[in-house]
Amino acid sequence: MSDATSAPPPMEAEEENAAKGLTAGTSSPDKDAPRGLWSDAWHDLRRNPIFVVSALLIVFLVVIALWPSLIATRDPQRCDLARSLQGPSAGHWFGFDTQGCDVYTRTVYGARASIAVGLCATVGVALVGAVVGGLAGFFGGFWDTLLSRLTDVFFGIPVVLGAIVFLSMISLSGIWPVVLVIAALSWPQVARIARGAVMTAKQHDYVQAARALGAGNARLLLRHIMPNAVAPVIVMATIMLGTFIALEATLSYLGVGLRPPTVSWGVDISAASDGMQFRNAPHILLYPAAALSLTVLAFIMLGDAVRDAIDPKLR
Amino acid sequence: MGRYVIRRLVQMVPVFLGATFLIFVMVYAIGDPVSGLFGDRGPDPATAQALREEFDLDEPLPLQYVLYMGKIFTGDFGTAFNGQPVTQLMEHAFPISFRLMLVALVLEVVLGIALGVITGLRRGRSLDTSVLVATLVVIAVPTFVLGTTVQYVLGVKLGWIDPAVSPDPRLDELLVPGLILSLVSLAYVTRLTRTSVAENTRADYIRTAHAKGLPRRRVTVRHLLRNSLIPVVTYLGADVGNLMAGAIVTERIFNIQGVGYQLFQGILRQNSPTVVGFVVVLVLIFLLANLLVDVLYAVLDPRIRYV
Repeated sequence: MSDATSAPPPMEAEEENAAKGLTAGTSSPDKDAPRGLWSDAWHDLRRNPIFVVSALLIVFLVVIALWPSLIATRDPQRCDLARSLQGPSAGHWFGFDTQGCDVYTRTVYGARASIAVGLCATVGVALVGAVVGGLAGFFGGFWDTLLSRLTDVFFGIPVVLGAIVFLSMISLSGIWPVVLVIAALSWPQVARIARGAVMTAKQHDYVQAARALGAGNARLLLRHIMPNAVAPVIVMATIMLGTFIALEATLSYLGVGLRPPTVSWGVDISAASDGMQFRNAPHILLYPAAALSLTVLAFIMLGDAVRDAIDPKLR
Repeated sequence: MGRYVIRRLVQMVPVFLGATFLIFVMVYAIGDPVSGLFGDRGPDPATAQALREEFDLDEPLPLQYVLYMGKIFTGDFGTAFNGQPVTQLMEHAFPISFRLMLVALVLEVVLGIALGVITGLRRGRSLDTSVLVATLVVIAVPTFVLGTTVQYVLGVKLGWIDPAVSPDPRLDELLVPGLILSLVSLAYVTRLTRTSVAENTRADYIRTAHAKGLPRRRVTVRHLLRNSLIPVVTYLGADVGNLMAGAIVTERIFNIQGVGYQLFQGILRQNSPTVVGFVVVLVLIFLLANLLVDVLYAVLDPRIRYV
């Protein structure tokens, strides 16, 4: 019991260092070349089973999202009310939903909307956040104050709350309003991190050296500061991707996100839990919910692994 | 300290105004509150005009906002279009949601920190691994799936709880909905505390505390926990926003007539004064919670000095 709290670290640390030197020496052929942050991270990641499993799962999901017909031959919109709520059978492994649509086909086709929303929103958030945070951190002074207050204003609106209000007021359908509203309300978190990272990177000697050599602001920011400040932004974005997919489903569940005829896991789960329709046919809730959870889990684990690799301090 | 709080309160004003203005623009500029009243059949132009004048909707948008905020600061949140004052809806809804969030917050803090400390002190053991896996599952399975399933199994199948709570629920009725609401945050608090505790067990001051012969419990509670709670407290501040959002889902599942329920009804019926009024109050609570968190830092970490 007592060893848990009182274990003196020096021995452990030495052992760790020795072990690290050993593995680095034996496993990498180019042992003399100093490894940068990214190749070092990649070196760690390849050996992390959690990363490998979640990355494979994500590759699979992305392929399914791009070409759903690879594993589902039926049409997700062709439904037969006569088969409403029929349970799983030989030709239809996941059974039929209330409308008599094949649950397997709909679950496969649902990947596209969920992953598209997650990816697009994440790209938007990362871009806006990095630009606003980067400019605020780099220029400081008046611009910092202005952009930071702007960040605070958007940070002051809880994301789901703002998303519900916005989405219920506009009457557009499809994935773009959902992407837009998620990105518009989530970028402050990235901006805060990017600002901090840029402010730290800005103070390094090589930045001063580059400036002394006559590099302009744009070159300094793009060539010297951003590459060294982008790691925390990427980590944040990876973790957010999973939560955005869950957020899309939540909004669809509340009836303001994606709407039928769009095929998405959130739409199907919403339909299944409406009036507890899953009571007599649990499969209509189980399969889309499992697919959604697995996807979210894969992205969150990937984000965790990437963070561990890039920032070993947080391990 | 006092000056710091006052300065932060002053800084909050533009943020509050900006955030509420954004919401106001979304509701009044993007949506059309008057036509929302009439559904598919368009309103008679004269009636629409009268309504517009009554609710100041014929003024330019920034002026509408100023007029609206002016009224709010005199305690007049306007009337929902069905004639019920919005404050009356709030009086009923806020205490219920407050109770729900209180249950969730207590569960989250107590269970989350306890689990985090236990697993943080026993990293790599089977208990640690199983709790970690459990938190991942809880984070991955969406709240509304978990909520409906639990409601069905405990409420309908087993009959242990009422599937829907009464209009004015007591704390014990809110235990299961509160747990559902808190689960995701609970998982995050557990993971954060675990990382933080595990990191701090190696700190010099912990070794010193052991070396000078303090009992283990005291080292853990006074030295380790206090220092490990700083990131957790930050998270709790931001989490108030998550809980508000989660409350909308949870209240919908368990039919709790709190803020989320009223807000959702307001949105469905395009009842603009209700929506804007509730959101304004929620934004204010969110900002105050984050201020409270910043102040709590000073209590936990005397190294942080405020000027």
